[in-house]
Amino acid sequence: MEKFEVLRSSAVPLPVENVDTDQIIPARFLKATSREGFGENLFRDWRYQPDGQPKVDFVLNNPRYAGQILLAGKNFGCGSSREHAAWALYDAGFRVVISSYFADIFRGNALNNGLLPLQVSDEVLQRLFAEVEQEPHTGFIIDVAAQQLFVPVWEKNIPFDLDPYKKECLLHGYDDIDFLVNQKEAIEAYEQQRVWAF
Amino acid sequence: MTDEVAQKPNPTPPIMAKTLFDKIWDAHVVSSIAGGQDVFYIDRHLIHEVTSPQAFDELEARGLPLFRRTQMVATADHNVPTRNQHLPIEDELSRSQVDKLTENCEKFDVELYGLGHQRQGIVHVIGPELGLTQPGMTIVCGDSHTSTHGAFGAIAFGIGTSQVAQVMASQCLLLSRPRRMRITIDGQLRPGVTAKDLILYIIAQLGTGGATGYFVEYAGAAVRGLSMEGRMTVCNMSIEMGARGGLIAPDQTTFAYLQGRPYAPQGERWQQALAYWQTLYSDADAEFDAEVRYDAADIQPMITYGTNPGMGIALSTPIPLAVAESEAVGFSKALQYMGFAPGESLLGKEISHVFIGSCTNSRIEDLRTVAAYVRGRQKAPHVEAIIVPGSKAVEQQARAEGLDKVLAEAGFELREPGCSACLAMNEDKIPAGAYCVSTSNRNFEGRQGPGARTLLASPLVAAITAVEGRLVDVAALLETTFVTESEGQLVDAAASF
Ligand code: SF4
Repeated sequence: MEKFEVLRSSAVPLPVENVDTDQIIPARFLKATSREGFGENLFRDWRYQPDGQPKVDFVLNNPRYAGQILLAGKNFGCGSSREHAAWALYDAGFRVVISSYFADIFRGNALNNGLLPLQVSDEVLQRLFAEVEQEPHTGFIIDVAAQQLFVPVWEKNIPFDLDPYKKECLLHGYDDIDFLVNQKEAIEAYEQQRVWAF
Repeated sequence: MTDEVAQKPNPTPPIMAKTLFDKIWDAHVVSSIAGGQDVFYIDRHLIHEVTSPQAFDELEARGLPLFRRTQMVATADHNVPTRNQHLPIEDELSRSQVDKLTENCEKFDVELYGLGHQRQGIVHVIGPELGLTQPGMTIVCGDSHTSTHGAFGAIAFGIGTSQVAQVMASQCLLLSRPRRMRITIDGQLRPGVTAKDLILYIIAQLGTGGATGYFVEYAGAAVRGLSMEGRMTVCNMSIEMGARGGLIAPDQTTFAYLQGRPYAPQGERWQQALAYWQTLYSDADAEFDAEVRYDAADIQPMITYGTNPGMGIALSTPIPLAVAESEAVGFSKALQYMGFAPGESLLGKEISHVFIGSCTNSRIEDLRTVAAYVRGRQKAPHVEAIIVPGSKAVEQQARAEGLDKVLAEAGFELREPGCSACLAMNEDKIPAGAYCVSTSNRNFEGRQGPGARTLLASPLVAAITAVEGRLVDVAALLETTFVTESEGQLVDAAASF
């Protein structure tokens, strides 16, 4: 996993609620056996016509918007547990998704891949949408160590929650596997005294 | 000071009343780390071809062995064709993914019930069927509908591929304890109202995000009255309201289902297990973070009209005229995709496809319900109706009971097991624009194929729709049929609800 300390970027707005992982990456693109290349099919059916022509009204095809931040409606990442959704967003260049709610599994998957799910209040989210839609080049600064989203045009820092352990992981670029493998002795000791062994 | 005396900790603290969820969770905590996460032990790890290859790769890349390979079982289900399973898979990518699973299972020595094996099937159907799923266990799989296994009083939930790798490497996950919600359904379901209607009703009430962050326990007389198949249907769809999972306290129904299954404990171990399982219930005064109550008598046969499972209505009532402002964009986008209008009734809508299958409703009981209704009837000529059993065992049972013939005579095709049109990774796709009444769990845009329009319903509603060729008022139909056909198939059908 790559380290994530500070990101400066503009944002791409997707003001749709309940974006499910089937939209982020449709099931028919899950047949690969590696992690690479999913970005091409990110939001496939919203982004392209069946014949492969880009849909002009979809935000990722709109030249007005660019950046490594996806600004999305409430309850982002619901539905299927496919981690491919996080891989696709990451592969397409996104490092942060800002929303006012994330589905649990998506949140975990994102963090395990260095993609930051940054949760703000509904009110802040609406104001961010308004800001970006009006001024697409608006820049943001996301500081993981400080747990702050800085919005320069508002001259304001918006704090966000981040699990302390996950924060360390992001800052140092390590993940749960590294941690768990180091717990081997404790795990084996636990296995010896389990209430009911199967 | 007297105060000091009063504040002394009680040497024998009272035993705290616990929820079922907490009893199981606490028994699986290896250790707790700063920030409130637990190193959480996993008893059973189920894998399939779609979400495991990258995890095996990761293990290899880091040079790690499988920590507890005997606690893993694999099957091929998402990609597999539902016809001619004895032949090589035609689709190249699907074939390579299924082959990769076989290769990995050989390399890492994992038990695989692959294509053609007598125990193959949808991972959430074979787990319970083989007795792999047991009360008090923690069970994970790289698939969100792992919540199905909660029907046995287990903590079961879906995980991402990185977590699949974590469990492979350590048999543990790092998790924070979710909040607990109890959903109680009092009373008894009306005739013709099934477990699927029950869960679609709950999701419609709570909304797709209504249980996010919670682990749900289902309780109440209506839940206790369900068969194991029905309980699995309910727990299966917990995830569709955002819950991390759902579970039901085990009871006689659970124990009777499990006894004698291949992986169930035998002999003395069965007795020990039983004694432990009987302690698995929420204590009378256990506290939940949220409580919801419904009355079973309010539930009618349900259907979804939109593009998330929360957009459900009683079949006999119209689509809402409007929704809360915050959901208005999603609502109109959904109706546009589905070709419906606000306030419109769905009764009379012509339906071209019926899919009976998926880990929600593809068990033997579902097939019996369908067969009982269609016996002596015919599907409408314009309807394409496929039935995909959840496992090889279900398929064989159906054939042994002669259901395949009943279904064939009515014009339904009984296929070979797999996920099939639930997510359309194989060739079973619903054409763009076509309406499909489906017994699966997700009606997302394009879920059953690009442009496909999915209406989620119970197997009974699906069977009736296939016969009628359009959506009808199932509750009214059943009422009149019950009166006119006091004996015969419908009574059989009612018996199996
Ligand atoms: S049947 Fe559908 S929901 Fe169930 S495991 Fe397969 S794809 Fe997932």
